[in-house]
Order: sequence, then structure tokens, then C-alpha cells
Amino acid sequence: MPFSSVVDYQTVATLETFGFLPAMTQEEIYEQIAYVIAQGWTPCIEHVQPSASMRNYWSLWKLPFFGEAELGAIVEELEACHRAYPDHHVRLTGYDAYTQTQGTAFVVFEGRA
Amino acid sequence: MSKKYDAGVKEYRDTYWTPDYVPLDTDILACFKCTGQEGVPREEVAAAVAAESSTGTWSTVWSELLTDLEFYKGRAYRIEDVPADPEAFYAFVAYPLDLFEEGSITNVLTSLVGNVFGFKALRHLRLEDIRFPLAFIKTCMGPPNGIAVERDRMNKYGRPLLGCTIKPKLGLSGKNYGRVVYECLRGGLDFTKDDENINSQPFQRWQDRFDFVAEAVKTAEQETGERKGHYLNCTAATPEEMYARAEHAKQLDMPIIMHDYITGGFTANTGLAKWCRRNGMLLHIHRAMHAVIDRHPKHGIHFRVLAKCLRLSGGDHLHTGTVVGKLEGDRQTTLGFIDQLRESYVPEDRTRGNFFDQDWASMPGVFAVASGGIHVWHMPALVTIFGDDSVLQFGGGTHGHPWGSAAGAAANRVALEACVKARNAGRELEKESRDILTEAAKSSPELAIALDTWKEIKFEFDTVDKLDL
Repeated sequence: MPFSSVVDYQTVATLETFGFLPAMTQEEIYEQIAYVIAQGWTPCIEHVQPSASMRNYWSLWKLPFFGEAELGAIVEELEACHRAYPDHHVRLTGYDAYTQTQGTAFVVFEGRA
Repeated sequence: MSKKYDAGVKEYRDTYWTPDYVPLDTDILACFKCTGQEGVPREEVAAAVAAESSTGTWSTVWSELLTDLEFYKGRAYRIEDVPADPEAFYAFVAYPLDLFEEGSITNVLTSLVGNVFGFKALRHLRLEDIRFPLAFIKTCMGPPNGIAVERDRMNKYGRPLLGCTIKPKLGLSGKNYGRVVYECLRGGLDFTKDDENINSQPFQRWQDRFDFVAEAVKTAEQETGERKGHYLNCTAATPEEMYARAEHAKQLDMPIIMHDYITGGFTANTGLAKWCRRNGMLLHIHRAMHAVIDRHPKHGIHFRVLAKCLRLSGGDHLHTGTVVGKLEGDRQTTLGFIDQLRESYVPEDRTRGNFFDQDWASMPGVFAVASGGIHVWHMPALVTIFGDDSVLQFGGGTHGHPWGSAAGAAANRVALEACVKARNAGRELEKESRDILTEAAKSSPELAIALDTWKEIKFEFDTVDKLDL
């Protein structure tokens, strides 16, 4: 195999789940939030400055949104968190009270390093 | 008045065939598939199995009268036809809990699959399932950490985990081996794995491997910003050596070690699982030798029994086959035993091969590991079959990428995340697999070339061991 056809793979810094996909469109983000709600998980928003992204605990935005089933309400909160902390990573988690862990967690807005 | 001693040989069924018996909630129940020698009645075969796997021997003995055998004996209490098989039948046996040492899987198996399997009156014998009562389960520690704890520790949510075995499986030096680990992890895998037959050979002593791998794991974590691990195989010739390796992995601050539970043995495995609980270490379990025991449809032990035994003995991951890859595995059967690994209650369901209701109480769950001859094209089926609480491991499907292991890892990670995203959005993964993967490849040249490389590879052989339906 000629080496000219081999591409050099460059390591990328990523933020766990969905970190290898292109940035999601608004509609795609809505679909994922709808999935969290449909699973019966509690949506929750967290944010952190990019240099601290490997911590277990990111700052909580308000409280987990217990019982919230309105997609639009979660989207508004995500955007409000992003406006308040434009340089921070903002992620959505879904707390699963049955398994006592997170059903999912993914970054919605990437902060600036 | 006490019983009289009457020397001689009685038929087993006089004592051990008890069709009116109603099993107790505390009994250990077993289902055996029996194929007797010609002319031996089914009841006699079933009773012989119950006798030889519990209190019985071939002759009446005087010392039986010193105890109450009615309290201790195993009982064959039901016989059923095996569908579509005129010569075999299922025998259900109930064992009183007091026949077994608390927390000892070794002891349970020594009784249930001991001498009885060599019994001359049987042509074949297969242990299909065991119902462990809660009273026994509560004496076992089980998985050192469990699925929820592992997710929290490794920071992996909402998707299957991604791994691969380092290849070639034998012959790399410690430093070259660590290089391959680093390539895979920087490319996007969560875990890499020692091959099961990597222990501590002349070409690569274990300490050398552990030290280089630890640097690879830490470097990949720093560069990617994600948590990573490598299953450091601690399987060794002696328990002392196994613990020495585990201790060293802990000193290197590694998150996970590995053990081969059948070749290593249940006693070693249970001991190592307890060490892992005490030391906050995850435990990956390989199953070398299982197919010798579980593949023949009429003889041996079904893997669902070995899977249940592992959950009780302790492990955080267990290999389960892939259904779609290069190794044997029927889909419904596999779904049946991965339920046994992960759920807190599994109802009887013959269409999945589960013969009993099984309550696991609060025992932590085990990640199902799918590994062996799988590649990116299998991803939609794997995510559908195994769900999020699984580790999908692509060996050849990572290292075989034309641009190397890092690009191969990235291709798998993109394919995995594209499948999870599509599933969450309500798409049918197996039906739309080609579209989902092709779309994802538009933004990932690594995935595009991987799809092209493995487009024709299939493993379509008939399954040897099928469910009896």
C-alpha cells in the first residue's frame, strides 16, 4: 500500500458521548432532549470552564428539572445557561432514579478554551 | 421407632423421584436435559441424577440412618419432553439449601455437575439452568462494582462502551504493546484489553506490560480529555501471583483488571472479585474454555448457567458472544442470558431459554461484552441487540483499518455514536443501517474507508446449539 494514501490521524480532544459527531443541528438537539424526557429521566443542566472538563462535578444550573415534560422549557434553560456562561461547556444529563446513575449525558454547547 | 437397616441396592426412584413435591422458595432448582441409555425409564434416570448430585450413592449404606436423608436429599420433581427430540427429556431437581456452603459457587458446581456427568446410565447430560434462591444469592457478594458504579467512575453515559483487544495476541514486547494501546485509546476507544492468553510470557513479562500500558492510558486521557482504561490481565499460575499483579495495577492507578474465570477457576475468581471490591478496581471477565463445556446441545453446561455463576462469583464485565460475529451464538438465547447478567428480576421464558423465574435482588449488574469478528457494519445490529449496558469490542475491526488503529478506533466511535443518536431519534437501526452509517461517513473519512474495507465480510454459518422450541 502506498503511504501517500494513508492519512495521518490526529488526536482530538472530545467530551464523551457524541463527541465524535459533528455539532448537532437545533432539531437534532431537540430529538435528543425528547428522548431523555420519553425515558422518564430527569433533565439536568451542568456547565464548567473547558479546562476543568474532566472533573466529576460540573456546576449545576439551578436544580434538576424534576417532572418537566416540556421540550421548550428545557431548551430555554439550556440557552439561558449558555448566555450566562458563554465560555463554558454546557451539558444536558438525564438522571435515572431507578438505576441511580445518569441515563445519558452529552454536551450541547462547547465552551471556548 | 427408628428406621431399620436393610442392606442392598434400591432403585433410585424409590427415594429420589418425588412428583408430588412442591419446591420451597429456598431450594436451589436445576433443569437437566437428560439422554438415558436405552431401556432405562425416565423416572429412574431423573432420580439417579438427583441422587448422584446430592446425597445418594449406588448402594444403601448403614450410615444413612444416622441422619435424616429426607431433609437433605435432592428430589427429581418434574419431567418434561424436549420439543422435537424424542430421546431427550428435561428433569427438574430441587436441592435443599443446606446442601451448599454459603457464598461458594465452587461448592454448588461440585455437587450439581460433579460425578453425575460421568454416570453410566446416562448417554448425555446437560445442565440447562439453575434457579438460585434469594437465600443463597444474599450470601454471595457478586460484581465488585456493577454497571452504575462503572459508568460513574468512567464517566460514560447513554451509550455502549467501546473497546478492543490488542493484536497480535501474542509476541509483542511490552513497549510495542503499549504503543498499540495508546493508538487505540487516542483514537476514541474507552477500553483496550489484554488478550486472554497474554499472562506473563518470556517475550513480555507482566510488569513490563503493566508499566508501559499505564503510561499509554494516562497519556491518552490527557490528550483526549476522556477517561480510559486497559484490562490488565491478572490471570496467573497461582493465586499469590494473581494478587501481586492486581496490587501492581492498583499502584499504577489503573481503573480495571481482568481475569479468566473458567480456566482460572471459581475460587480464584471469587477471591479476586472480593479484592476488587475492597480496592475500588473494576473487573473484566473473560470466558476461555466455555465452548468446550457449553456448545454441545446434549452434554455439558449451558452458558446461561455459567453466566449466572459469574454474576454470583463476581465480575463487572462478561463476554457473551456477539450473535453477528465470527463466534457461535443464537440471538434469543443470548438475549436470555444477558438479562441474567443485567436485570434485577428475570421471569421464566422458554423462548429465551430461561427455565425459571430468577430474582437477583440487589445484586449489581454485569456489562455484557460482545467481542469476536465484528466490524463497523455490525454496529446497528449490536446496538439493537445489546443496548447501552454493553461493551462492544472490535479487534480486527480496529487494527485492520488501512490507516492504523487510531483511525480504526475513530471509525468505530463515529459509527457507535451515529447509531445511538439515530436510535434516540426514533429510527430503526437494523432496517436503516446502511443509511445511518453512510450518512455518518460523510463527516468521517475514517469511517468511510472502514465501511469500504469490510463491506463484504459476513459470518453466516448455522448455529450448532439452538433453543429447543
